[in-house]
Amino acid sequence: MSVAWLNVTGVWTIYRAEMARMRRTFWQSIATPVVTTVLYFVVFGGAIGSRIQHVGGVGYGAFIVPGLIMLTLLTQSIGNASIGIYFPIFSKTVYEILAAPLSAMETVLAYVGAAATKSVILALIILGTATFFTPLHILHPCWMVAFMLLTAISFSLFGFIIGIWAQNFEQLAIIPALVVTPLTFLGGAFYAVDMLPQPWRTVNMLNPVVYLVSGFRWSFYGVGEVGVGLSLAFTGLFMVACLAVIWWIFRTGYRMKP
Amino acid sequence: MHPIISVSALRKAYQSGLIALDNVDLTINRQEIFALLGPNGAGKTTLISIICGTVGMSAGQVLVDGHDIVRDYRAARGLIGLVPQEISLDIFATVWNTVSFSRGLYGCRPDPAYIEHLLRDLSLWDKRDRRVIELSGGMKRRVMIAKALSHEPKILFLDEPTAGVDVSLRRDMWALVRRLRDKGVTVILTTHYIEEAEEMADRVGVIAQGRILLVEETEALMRKLGRRRLTLVLHHPLGAIPAELAPWKLELADDGHVLVYGFDANAEDTGVPALLRRMAELGIDFKDLDTSRSSLEDIFVSLVEPAP
Repeated sequence: MSVAWLNVTGVWTIYRAEMARMRRTFWQSIATPVVTTVLYFVVFGGAIGSRIQHVGGVGYGAFIVPGLIMLTLLTQSIGNASIGIYFPIFSKTVYEILAAPLSAMETVLAYVGAAATKSVILALIILGTATFFTPLHILHPCWMVAFMLLTAISFSLFGFIIGIWAQNFEQLAIIPALVVTPLTFLGGAFYAVDMLPQPWRTVNMLNPVVYLVSGFRWSFYGVGEVGVGLSLAFTGLFMVACLAVIWWIFRTGYRMKP
Repeated sequence: MHPIISVSALRKAYQSGLIALDNVDLTINRQEIFALLGPNGAGKTTLISIICGTVGMSAGQVLVDGHDIVRDYRAARGLIGLVPQEISLDIFATVWNTVSFSRGLYGCRPDPAYIEHLLRDLSLWDKRDRRVIELSGGMKRRVMIAKALSHEPKILFLDEPTAGVDVSLRRDMWALVRRLRDKGVTVILTTHYIEEAEEMADRVGVIAQGRILLVEETEALMRKLGRRRLTLVLHHPLGAIPAELAPWKLELADDGHVLVYGFDANAEDTGVPALLRRMAELGIDFKDLDTSRSSLEDIFVSLVEPAP
């Protein structure tokens, strides 16, 4: 048997199985975020937005689109990636992954790649849905896709860590519910940070999601709370931090390999 | 030719402080059926889990066909198939998909003809499109075996393969193991049943408390350890063993109600007929008798404590 330096077939096998898992629950995977997004548009974009004129030079309906997509990207990336690795650990089928000729990098690539793919697909669906509610003009489409991919990958890595850390379903749900969703809501998804009074404006700048939403919004409308460079740097930094934690997990075998 | 597996100075201390393996050396020959025999908690599963890569080692070295399992893990793991003790399957996947998935993990090209052959071999062909959740326990175990064989490994590990398995599956499993061996596959199984080791294995390694106590050809081991006991329940208790019965080195138990005779099962003359004749002559009646093989526990006792 020849031994390749990269087990492409192995990675592809896990990736495909993970994508098949999404197809099995297709309606659940697609319908839930779409319905939620439509609700946000109706409530924030339609009802409340009609009383707010313009935020940062764009209509309120259009203003919240990048924030909504970010919200979906974050929650879906974390959810997909954490379940993706938690399930095999929980059902003990992870023995097969550990015993296979796969490197840590390949395992992460397969699981995180699948989770990121799913959330990008969902983000694009929401972007499509949004065009029914508000006219959209994307100023920097390439940067928009880049931000989307970077965020999906970073937060899928973060979800992968949560999936390994969690010892039960409650723990699996607690970080997204108690940390990520509040940070996203307070991260300028539905308002511009400069609409806040001081000192909350300054406090808000400590929220990492502000930088993500700001950069993403910049790619749509050319304006953001912070410089696009800072947004990029922040996302990149978060990704590196997650990679470091994952490296440590595989190095020590933490909760995966006694 | 070098051995297919060689384990040297292997040590495993779990985070809890438990020392599961303590300086284990072991060599497995090509194409043999090797049984790792030991009581629960002896370190059997830890040992094979380390070789297969699902548990990390604290110290030592393991070579699989000359490949170091840490440095050269891809080559080493590619040769191995593992059937763990517990049934762990993705219950929503179909039989065909889960077996094909395992093959893919090993970087092997899909080979529907081989998977078909494998599933037929394990009487799973009719169930190929069923989801795992719909299968019986025995069928699930067959799926575990199919998964382990999906990438045509040269070495197969079976951890407690017959725990909770019915007679027909056990028979099928042993037939399969022999067929695999004939095809050049090395099979390593763990068990705590001495009969199983005796029936299947070419060689047996006895492990207890994280140490390999001995490794021997099965026949030699059985000869060495094949002691039997004859227990006679007497009608009338004896105060002492009569001098006429001294040559048999009997033991008196249960307040003189029970006579115990230990003998070599493989000897030409076990001494049993002569003993019973002699007792009849002496008028010692018994109401019940029983013979038993030395149990695994007896064997451990005799291995750990040197004979007096």
